[in-house]
Amino acid sequence: MHGETDMNEGGPSGRFAPSASPLVHPHVVTERSPATTSDLSFRASAAKALGDVQLRANFRRAMDGLMAKRAAQFPDPGDLQELRDLGTAVRARSLLRLPELLEQLEASCSRNGIQVHWAETCDQANALILGLLQAKGATRLVKGKSMVSEEMHLNAFLESHGIESLESDLGEYIIQLDHETPSHIIMPAIHKNKGQIARQFSQKIKDAKYTEDVDELTALARKVLRQKFLEADAGLSGVNFAVAETGTLCLVENEGNGRMSTHVPPLHIAVMGLEKVVARLEDVAPLYALLTRSATGQPVSTYFNLISGPRAEGEKDGPREVHLVILDNGRSRIYGDPQLQATLRCIRCGACMNHCPVYTRVGGHAYEAVYPGPIGKILTPQMEGVGLRHDLIHGSSLCGACSEVCPVEIPIPDILVRLRREATHADAGSKVAGKGTGRTAAEDLAWRAWAAVLKRPGLYRFSVWFATRFRRFIPGGLPLLKAWTMSRTKPLPAPRSLQERLRSEGLPRV
Amino acid sequence: MSDARPDSRSAILARLRAAGSGGPLPDLDTAVLERRRWTPAERVRRLRQGMEAIHAEFLEARPDDWPAVIRAFCEREGLRTLLFGPTTEAGRRLAEAMAGSATTLRPYDAPVETFKAELFQSVDAGFTTTLGGVAETGGLLLAPGPREPRLLSLVPPLHLALLRASTIHDTLWSAIRALGWGQAAPQNALMISGPSKTADIEQTLAYGVHGPKRLVVALVDDLPGSPK
Amino acid sequence: MNAPKPTKAYFYGTCLVDLFFPDAGMAGIQLLQRAGVEVVFPEGQTCCGQPAYNCGFFEEARAVARTQIALFPEDLPVILPSGSCAGMMKHHYPDLFRGQPEEAAALAFSARVYELTQFLVDVLEVRLEDLGQPVKVTWHSSCHALRDLGLKGQPQALIGQLAHVELAPLARERECCGFGGTFSVRHPEISGAMSCDKAADALATGAEVVLSTDGGCLLNVKGVLEAQAAPMRVQHIAEFLWERTHAR
Repeated sequence: MHGETDMNEGGPSGRFAPSASPLVHPHVVTERSPATTSDLSFRASAAKALGDVQLRANFRRAMDGLMAKRAAQFPDPGDLQELRDLGTAVRARSLLRLPELLEQLEASCSRNGIQVHWAETCDQANALILGLLQAKGATRLVKGKSMVSEEMHLNAFLESHGIESLESDLGEYIIQLDHETPSHIIMPAIHKNKGQIARQFSQKIKDAKYTEDVDELTALARKVLRQKFLEADAGLSGVNFAVAETGTLCLVENEGNGRMSTHVPPLHIAVMGLEKVVARLEDVAPLYALLTRSATGQPVSTYFNLISGPRAEGEKDGPREVHLVILDNGRSRIYGDPQLQATLRCIRCGACMNHCPVYTRVGGHAYEAVYPGPIGKILTPQMEGVGLRHDLIHGSSLCGACSEVCPVEIPIPDILVRLRREATHADAGSKVAGKGTGRTAAEDLAWRAWAAVLKRPGLYRFSVWFATRFRRFIPGGLPLLKAWTMSRTKPLPAPRSLQERLRSEGLPRV
Repeated sequence: MSDARPDSRSAILARLRAAGSGGPLPDLDTAVLERRRWTPAERVRRLRQGMEAIHAEFLEARPDDWPAVIRAFCEREGLRTLLFGPTTEAGRRLAEAMAGSATTLRPYDAPVETFKAELFQSVDAGFTTTLGGVAETGGLLLAPGPREPRLLSLVPPLHLALLRASTIHDTLWSAIRALGWGQAAPQNALMISGPSKTADIEQTLAYGVHGPKRLVVALVDDLPGSPK
Repeated sequence: MNAPKPTKAYFYGTCLVDLFFPDAGMAGIQLLQRAGVEVVFPEGQTCCGQPAYNCGFFEEARAVARTQIALFPEDLPVILPSGSCAGMMKHHYPDLFRGQPEEAAALAFSARVYELTQFLVDVLEVRLEDLGQPVKVTWHSSCHALRDLGLKGQPQALIGQLAHVELAPLARERECCGFGGTFSVRHPEISGAMSCDKAADALATGAEVVLSTDGGCLLNVKGVLEAQAAPMRVQHIAEFLWERTHAR
């Protein structure tokens, strides 16, 4: 599938009117301080999504297609593993040298005429961008996909300052019309079917007739958006990779809206998370090969756009100014932990969500987070606080389908386990946001009791004896059993345990 | 305002440095990229296969007749205007060949601001040269600049690109190395593999969503041993 | 030259097999014995510690795991009828004990851990003779067997040795059954949806029985099939193999 439209950074329209959509939950936090309590419930929103038969069928079909297409791009497991090892090594090297590479990137960009800005928080980044736009008197911004701008809730922020911030990626445009957020980082409108889009276009685009023909719908959007590109005062994009040595911003896309946004308006602003830097341009090649294949099963995207400067002397087009905003928003804190640092290897391909049995069933909105799916489950709690997102980090069976396909081998299940640890323990030396704030006396007691029994074989033996003898009388109303029996019968212990039989009969003799 | 918040900058860098994530850098084993090598003829075949799979079209030409091939194509398609960069060698040859054609050659020789609306609304096609291609996946390599501006390959609904078979590289990786982009990256460099496309509506492919609806490659067979 | 095959091994029953699938434990021991291995079953076995580990309660997991490692002092293979518990002991004990006084002991222990079918195929190279009636079965790979432990078709290879058994693969053989330990009770809705899909997938194969190497998956799929009164059994691979290959 080629839905990655912009495989780059992938970003979405804002949640500027979150309450307008039943699918979006009001949760606008820009600068997030680790919270201790939460009204965000993955369990509740997932349960709601599971009840939507159409949604589940849409996601299942889409994810099946994506998995098959990815698999077709990696016919040789040996080659795939070599490529993953290379991609992982490139990203790991970048992270090991992160501060110096960022400084080198800044120097190279400056040499090329790209102005570099640093923002610790989303608020700072928003203010910076607003300042750049206001300095040029810009009131019309067109955007290519950028997940970082979604993190910043940039659209809502700019709209509140009277600046039109228009998503131009088709999927992003579709969901922006409905004031929705993306349900997938690569294919933001994957939860919608063409009937819904047809209705929406006929109601919201001037002079548009109702049509379910995909080519006609696409042509409608083209007509509207080309006028917007033509008139835009500024363009904004994400960054897939930023090259330190050459000062190059790399953008991966299929639609061309990224090129339009970065080359047509007189001002181009790029935003990136600080982890996106790589040392050399040639290092980008294996990452690019992994990105398009992992994301949508494409060997190559339509466009790979390498920007190393604004309009040069003698050039007849291209932006007069290019700015790069480097955003931290919790990343430097994640970086400070040797194990959790692997989170920052991510190249935002979305393969983890495409292969996730949970994501496939509940879709992206249920996560109530900018980044859904497995990568979101490890990234969101680290940004927003592990206690606040306690039920998110437990919303995984730890099946490992994500890390199995991750092009940069992020050990997502191991990191989930670590974050479960962090949520319930305030370990000295830990830098994790909200550490220990998910601890409850009940869970604490449960695990202590568990250990107390299981480290004492006599107690264990008694418990097992008790369970086998009273196996038919375990009360179904016990909270855990109640949850279990929502879909299943009560588990029935054997009449006599293995150990009891071995003790009474001795080992079998063959 | 190259750095509005030096305090943010130093605070971020200080935090990253404090993490002190040392350790040896893992080796980069590029064997998997290096062994993707093909003969020149195979490179042409692979490039075509990769690009045709995503709706790029090909015109076959020889070093001496490609301008005529392009003229015939333009007239066959009824193109009214073809935008081009007049100062390249290829541009000059094209201009000669197009003299008297029903298709008007329009030079892109002034800042875009002077004809932006016209560019968006009434140019049928844009012609560019390429620096080469990528065999592994299919793809054209371009470095837009003063002679061939950036929007030439983006805004007109049809992009006509000239590719010489001898300039096709094995992989993107080997191309970046061979072209020296890692030492001196062009102001803008591109790999283009097909017409603009999207699958954002129910994963149904649609072409020409923002950029060109068609990508037509005039492929010049300049490999040694090919019939002249 | 192949290395000489081991003649003595430890058996680790696991808590789920102990409590819910004792026949599978017995069968596992007998399969090993028949292949010429003297089985040692140390007293004092409880649990590998995975439930607490997976929830981040490392001290509690370690307290239990420590007592378990101590039960296996001799340099013998440790065989488990579970991919998940074997994965825990083999791949997560080293993390759990990193920097702890028992680190070296834990590493040495982990290196000796095998899942039963892995040991039967890779080490003992058993040949099975099928004595049972024709039957159609399906196979569910547990995620931890597949991805933590890296099981690569050993159970299927054993099933393949049985002349009268037809193996009908699941449409989504590599997809999680939805168990996930505490996940099944913390997120019962999602877990239930996954489990129901797995059961439906199994039923669609037309098999009489769904086999697996993990008690958790078996318990889960069994619960769903029973709740739906579906005409299908679940059985642990060890029990199935033993049932079909020993003369009564």
